[in-house]
Amino acid sequence: MKNQWIEIGRIEDIPRQGSRVVKTPIEDIAVFRTADDGIYAIRNRCPHKGGPLSEGIVFGATVACPLHNWCLDLKSGQAVAPDEGTVPTYPVQVENGLVYLDLSQIERAA
Amino acid sequence: MKRQRLVLIGNGMAGVRTLEELLKLAPDLYEISVFGAEPHPNYNRILLSPVLAGEKGFEEIVLNGRDWYEENGIRLHTGDPVVAIDRARRRIKTLSGIEAEYDRLLIATGSSPFIIPVPGADLEGVIGFRDIRDVELMLAAARRYKKAVVIGGGLLGLEAANGLMKQGMEVTVVHLLDSLMERQLDKAASAMLKTSLEQRGMDFRMEAQTAAILGDGRVAGIRFKDGSEIAADLVVMAVGIRPNVELAQGAGLYCERGIVVDDTLQTYDPSIYALGECVQHRGQCYGLVAPLFEQAKVCANHLAGLGYGRYTGSVTATKLKVTGIDLFSAGDFQGGEGSEEILLRDPAGGVYKKLWIRGDRVAGAVLYGNTIDGAWYFQLMREGRDITGIRDRLLFGEAHLGDSGHGGESKAAAMADEAQVCDCNGVCKGDIVKAITTKGLFTLDEVKAHTKAAASCGSCTGLVEQILATTLGSDYSAPELKPLCKCTDSTHDQVRAAIRDLRLTSLPAIFETLAWRRADGCPVCRPALNYYLIATWPKEARDDPQSRFVNERVHGNIQKDGSFSVIPRLWGGRTTPAELRAIADAAERFNVGEVHITGGQRINLLGLDKEQLPAIWEFLGDRGLVSGHAYGKALRTVKTCVGSTWCRFGTQDSTGMGIELERMTWGSWMPHKFKMAVSGCPRNCAEATIKDFGVVAIDSGWELHVGGNGGVKVRATDLLCRVKSPEEVKEHCAAFIQLYREEARYLERTAPWLERVGLPYIKQRLLENQVGRKALAKRFHESQRIAQQDPWRERAEGKEAHEFEPLKRVGGTA
Ligand code: SRM
Ligand SMILES: Cc1cc2nc3c(=O)[nH]c(=O)nc-3n(C[C@H](O)[C@H](O)[C@H](O)COP(=O)(O)OP(=O)(O)OC[C@H]3O[C@@H](n4cnc5c(N)ncnc54)[C@H](O)[C@@H]3O)c2cc1C
Ligand code: SF4
Ligand code: FES
Repeated sequence: MKNQWIEIGRIEDIPRQGSRVVKTPIEDIAVFRTADDGIYAIRNRCPHKGGPLSEGIVFGATVACPLHNWCLDLKSGQAVAPDEGTVPTYPVQVENGLVYLDLSQIERAA
Repeated sequence: MKRQRLVLIGNGMAGVRTLEELLKLAPDLYEISVFGAEPHPNYNRILLSPVLAGEKGFEEIVLNGRDWYEENGIRLHTGDPVVAIDRARRRIKTLSGIEAEYDRLLIATGSSPFIIPVPGADLEGVIGFRDIRDVELMLAAARRYKKAVVIGGGLLGLEAANGLMKQGMEVTVVHLLDSLMERQLDKAASAMLKTSLEQRGMDFRMEAQTAAILGDGRVAGIRFKDGSEIAADLVVMAVGIRPNVELAQGAGLYCERGIVVDDTLQTYDPSIYALGECVQHRGQCYGLVAPLFEQAKVCANHLAGLGYGRYTGSVTATKLKVTGIDLFSAGDFQGGEGSEEILLRDPAGGVYKKLWIRGDRVAGAVLYGNTIDGAWYFQLMREGRDITGIRDRLLFGEAHLGDSGHGGESKAAAMADEAQVCDCNGVCKGDIVKAITTKGLFTLDEVKAHTKAAASCGSCTGLVEQILATTLGSDYSAPELKPLCKCTDSTHDQVRAAIRDLRLTSLPAIFETLAWRRADGCPVCRPALNYYLIATWPKEARDDPQSRFVNERVHGNIQKDGSFSVIPRLWGGRTTPAELRAIADAAERFNVGEVHITGGQRINLLGLDKEQLPAIWEFLGDRGLVSGHAYGKALRTVKTCVGSTWCRFGTQDSTGMGIELERMTWGSWMPHKFKMAVSGCPRNCAEATIKDFGVVAIDSGWELHVGGNGGVKVRATDLLCRVKSPEEVKEHCAAFIQLYREEARYLERTAPWLERVGLPYIKQRLLENQVGRKALAKRFHESQRIAQQDPWRERAEGKEAHEFEPLKRVGGTA
């Protein structure tokens, strides 16, 4: 399957230790920026009860879900032990301060 | 950079614990060498008693095996005591002749059994009870001989006697005084203990002074001062310990009974630290591990170069480790002036409990036969909790407090496996016990993480701790002081003090100065620190939205489906047709999911998308409505009744007073939510007596109440005082809030805070000290000048716009 990179905005559009949402016809994707400017994209639905992860507190490369505090690793999408569950992650790239997201996997999931 | 050299003398519990703490803080700072007189790696000395009693093996009590030293790059020399310290050249020398240089030296040589200087004390078979070697000698003697005498009826002596008896020896305990464990027990408890040990076959010679130890080569007996004699094949001296100070003294360090150290565990030589049983701190020498562990934390803090830890002494508690005998003692029970006693005594049932109370606080406790509540009394003691409110039930234990917040151990133990413990997350006792045993959990945090019990509203925390304690038995030790979160060892209070004293005004400054373990903290500490910063330095510190929980960041309550709710302020619970119309229009225009009258006399518009928020806020704002902060650790509602304007019983204008209070206090951030109410007469229709600050109008003025709440654990307020004028009501209100803002811990509501510090303290700060009250009120008003900006208006005007808009829409999203 071919990559489908689309530009979603500038890195400064996302607050450090924060997240912004990219809305697609299929699902919402939360794009995170960590304190050291790492950029990660995951589905904006907590594996627990669907909480909007984009609203959580970001620390290191982890987000704590705002509803019941599950912690998810932004790199792997895995819930931090002892919680169990996974949220899909999406490839991102940053070039010249612009953030690109690869949407080929959502298409496939659709 | 070349690493500094740290040398530890004494491979025992205090020294090695310090290394562990140090490695957590500064793993690479030092090149570490350890010198120990014993031939073993570090082991748990406390557990020598169970080893002697045959309940544990030696290998089970090792704390740090040789592999631990290796893994941490520590050079370990065992079986080689240090014999000299050359302070001028910063060098130590061992018996075998090894020399080592240091930049920092740590002395933790512990103590030695005191051997009474009587003739014959040097005979074979006369020993102390201190280390593995002593236990080996005792076990060997038990195999060959019959009769043992233990001199000393204290904790250590009785544990030795019990162990020797278990090994099949006939044991006589010789004690100088007329009651056992006189330092820990009062006479009555001591008598009960003696009876029960006698029933197990232990023999006692009370008020007997040893004059000589008899024998030729090996011990054969003892002669007392009155001339009588008894036979003995083994004599264990357990009459006390002596700090090992000779080495330090020889090096010219200032010593009294122990090596004298200050609050940073530094000796008179700044490059030499000392801790453990060998030191004397503020005149005290300790002989238990809990104080040493507290010292270790502070000492490591200074060795790591952080420089802010302070050790100010410890309150200690003891438990006798004789299987089958439950005995607990803590604090001061000598009585003395101003001290009162509460006593429960049931000799037939084998239960004895006595508490010493001084100044409305627990000062000491002795429990015999039923020690379930020992940990709880000890906690009350250490926290200095005011017990006025629970005094009548205190002695019956935590389980009888009759509130849902705590549960006693008896309750935990008696619970069926399928009984639900955590009502928020539906966790049963069986789930918790299983997690503890199969996953090897030791702490409350671990249980929370694995089972989710106590992880939501927290009201079952006490019960979970009890289950942990009953399941783990003697392996469980409640943490001394709870750190703020896993990123640090510092407590809330220590962090707050550092923020204030070291003028820390930003999160990175805290992380850096206090050596946070995670570069950008975690969801537990960041909201707390952010609050402490803006509450301590309202002008200097910048609020960090990313460290706030979503509700406070976006100024609405997140709901289970990710939508938000909007609750505008209805000042003092009064509204107008125009406001109602505005709310109704907003509800229709924004197509809200539900309109709900809240429990706080306001109206809730539910089910809004985040993107809609700025628009509905603008709509409401244009019609004069502002944020109700229903989402914040902040001033929430001020409920009122109609008062003297309408009510036939009303004595004052309660609605007017409520509105004034709300105008004065809205917008202020707090450690937890804060609610007020004003009732127009003692019928109290506004429920002012379950609010954080409640006002009840009376004919002659106003009655002010503090520290109440509804919710999880209902607490009625305490009466603070009566005042005459509305100005006084406002001044007391502002001062109370400011005191709470400055001193309570984050997420501690006024009720638990007040219970912790005690009403007398609050009265002293607000009533006795009038200058202080005015100063508090003034600080409150100053910080309000900055805080009172309607966050909804600001966001309707574009602040933090990114928060409310998607980054991008792709394809044909609706
Ligand atoms: C909306 C409201 C229920 C309602 O529809 O009536 C409500 C809703 C919530 N309450 Fe409440 N409480 C509401 C009045 C109350 C009251 C009644 C009152 O204020 O007089 C109480 C008891 C009084 C008290 O606080 O002492 C109350 C005691 C609690 C508690 C327990 C507090 C405690 O100290 O034990 C919690 C849990 C907490 O804060 O940790 C809580 C928590 C919550 C939360 C924030 C739970 C959450 O985190 O999502 C709920 C937010 C729902 C939302 O998104 O709007 N709510 N809650 C009420 C809003 C009042 C307002 O106008 O601002
Ligand atoms: C049998 C027994 C039961 C106990 N039960 C309890 C209990 O239930 N609860 C409780 O809180 N406490 C209990 N204690 C007390 C507790 O064990 C001590 O408080 C604690 O071990 C003191 O730690 P420390 O590091 O200061 O001394 P230690 O643990 O004694 O360590 C000091 C070490 O330094 C070594 N040393 C001394 N001089 C030199 C030198 N010149 N060179 C090199 N090394 C040297 C010693 O050999 C020793 O290994 C008990 C003690 C004993 C003996
Ligand atoms: S009582 Fe409060 S916290 Fe519980 S469901 Fe109702 S609104 Fe939510
Ligand atoms: S929905 Fe995320 S933790 Fe419950």
